[in-house]
Amino acid sequence: MLKARNLEAGYGPLRVLKGLSLHVAPGEIVAIIGANGAGKSTLLGSLAGLVRPTSGSVTLRGEDVTGSRPERMLAAGCSLVPEGRKLFAPMTVRENLELGGYSVRRRLGRKAFEEDLAGVFELFPRLGERQGQLAGTMSGGEQQMLAIGRSLMSRPELIMLDEPSMGLAPLVIKQIFSAISALRSRGKTVLVVEQNAKAILKIASRGYVMETGSLVLEGTGQELLANRDVQRAYLGKEYSSIADEREGR
Amino acid sequence: MRAELFLQYLVSGLIYGSIYAAVAIGFNIIYNATGIINFAQGEFAMLGGMIASSLASRLPLALAMAAAVAATTLVGIGMERAFLRRIARGGVLKMIIATIGLSIAIREIALLIWGESVRTLPFFSGTEVSSVGIAGAHFSPQVFWVLGVTALVVAALTAFFKLTLIGKAMRGCSANREGASLCGIDPDLMVTLAFGLSAAIGAIAGCAVAPLTQTHYAIGTGLGIKGFTVAAFGGLGNSLAAVGAGLILGMLESFSIIVVPEAYKDVVSIVVLLAVLFAKPSGIFGSRAAGALKDY
Ligand SMILES: Nc1ncnc2c1ncn2[C@@H]1O[C@H](COP(=O)(O)OP(=O)(O)OP(=O)(O)O)[C@@H](O)[C@H]1O
Ligand SMILES: [Mg+2]
Repeated sequence: MLKARNLEAGYGPLRVLKGLSLHVAPGEIVAIIGANGAGKSTLLGSLAGLVRPTSGSVTLRGEDVTGSRPERMLAAGCSLVPEGRKLFAPMTVRENLELGGYSVRRRLGRKAFEEDLAGVFELFPRLGERQGQLAGTMSGGEQQMLAIGRSLMSRPELIMLDEPSMGLAPLVIKQIFSAISALRSRGKTVLVVEQNAKAILKIASRGYVMETGSLVLEGTGQELLANRDVQRAYLGKEYSSIADEREGR
Repeated sequence: MRAELFLQYLVSGLIYGSIYAAVAIGFNIIYNATGIINFAQGEFAMLGGMIASSLASRLPLALAMAAAVAATTLVGIGMERAFLRRIARGGVLKMIIATIGLSIAIREIALLIWGESVRTLPFFSGTEVSSVGIAGAHFSPQVFWVLGVTALVVAALTAFFKLTLIGKAMRGCSANREGASLCGIDPDLMVTLAFGLSAAIGAIAGCAVAPLTQTHYAIGTGLGIKGFTVAAFGGLGNSLAAVGAGLILGMLESFSIIVVPEAYKDVVSIVVLLAVLFAKPSGIFGSRAAGALKDY
């Protein structure tokens, strides 16, 4: 589905991505975990067309889309739910979703749009009940649902999520994660950046660990959960408990 | 005060107020799209009236005005594409200064083309001497044209922003540019549209008042100042507030004749502008919270 090769990107003189490669196969949920400032958002931004890579290549279903603008990435079937959601705060829930379907509606007409809208309300009934509410007045969890719904309106095949659980209460995080699993059962491919490593690795088919602009580790969700370095750095386990496990105490 | 006189002042306040509101709405549209104050806004009204008056001798009035509005729209789009877009990276302040330069350039070109002569446009219906009597006061039918046209512009614009996909895309873009990009909306295109729309509205306002107030290469400056006052008075970015603020300023000016000589009429709006900027920079209808949620 998606392949990035030796991708480099940054902001002015600042080099953030230092030649990283990754691939995502159709139907997978791929997780990226890594410390703050590692460049995870920059990576998703460069895959969504917000940040222009300085070298390397990105292909989507075999088509070269390196350095394309967001409109083109969206048309190619790749949509980003950005960090901080970037909703249209003074507009209603319905209007946010309408703009999510901006390109589909212009291409395929109103009927396609209505179908997609019904699909989003099925996944997030709460959005259906709150169509007239201003996006900026919704709770954090509802806003994240809206951000995912808005992205779905563009009929993406690959949906990328940047820290969907950020700032949410544990119960709400659970709902969001089960929605991510539901995306896969709807035939979507998912690439997700998460701080909440344990929870995401449980539902991910594969994962990468990112450190200062490079992907340093790759494995299935289970493998990464069992990896000592990952446990120590991202799962909050202490040396002592890892040592205990090793010695079978 | 005699009732007819009161009515005369009231109607004159309504007319000027609605024209100021139309110019202010032009300011707001561009402000919402880009965050800048377009100081060439008044020139759009001047161009609308001047071009229409030139064409009116050769074309039917409606056609002359339509052509004037179209030409002014192109000027608005051209000014964004050719100049402002290129310096957008330099920040809002540079763009604002560039609009001042552009307004001077447009005025000088208008002076070259039309000279200093005062021009006018035929009345939309009837002539200078026809009048409609209401409660003993007499009004030119053009008065009703001006009010009707501005009301129509405001209604059409509201419908555009609330009901059409493109209008919503423009709102989305001013609410969150990056979010809009991620929805496949081209933010640059929305900015161009904003300039076109704002120029068109200015030109319509310029055509509607020309028969009553006459027009001249330099009327843009005054209209721009009044329009800006109204936009700031109502709360920058909010078009319905601009209508309210426009009507209030129009009334203040018109009734100020009772207490100060007519020559001081324009001082009223400057005083209002300064008072608003000092006392309530977010405008009478604006709140800081509403200012943070930019919407048309
Ligand atoms: N728009 C920008 N302009 C300049 N520098 C930026 C910009 N965005 C990010 N950076 C810098 O790039 C580096 C990587 O940032 P990025 O947001 O990609 O990290 P991240 O892994 O997503 O972090 P977090 O977990 O905190 O979201 C940081 O040093 C950051 O300061
Ligand atoms: Mg990030």
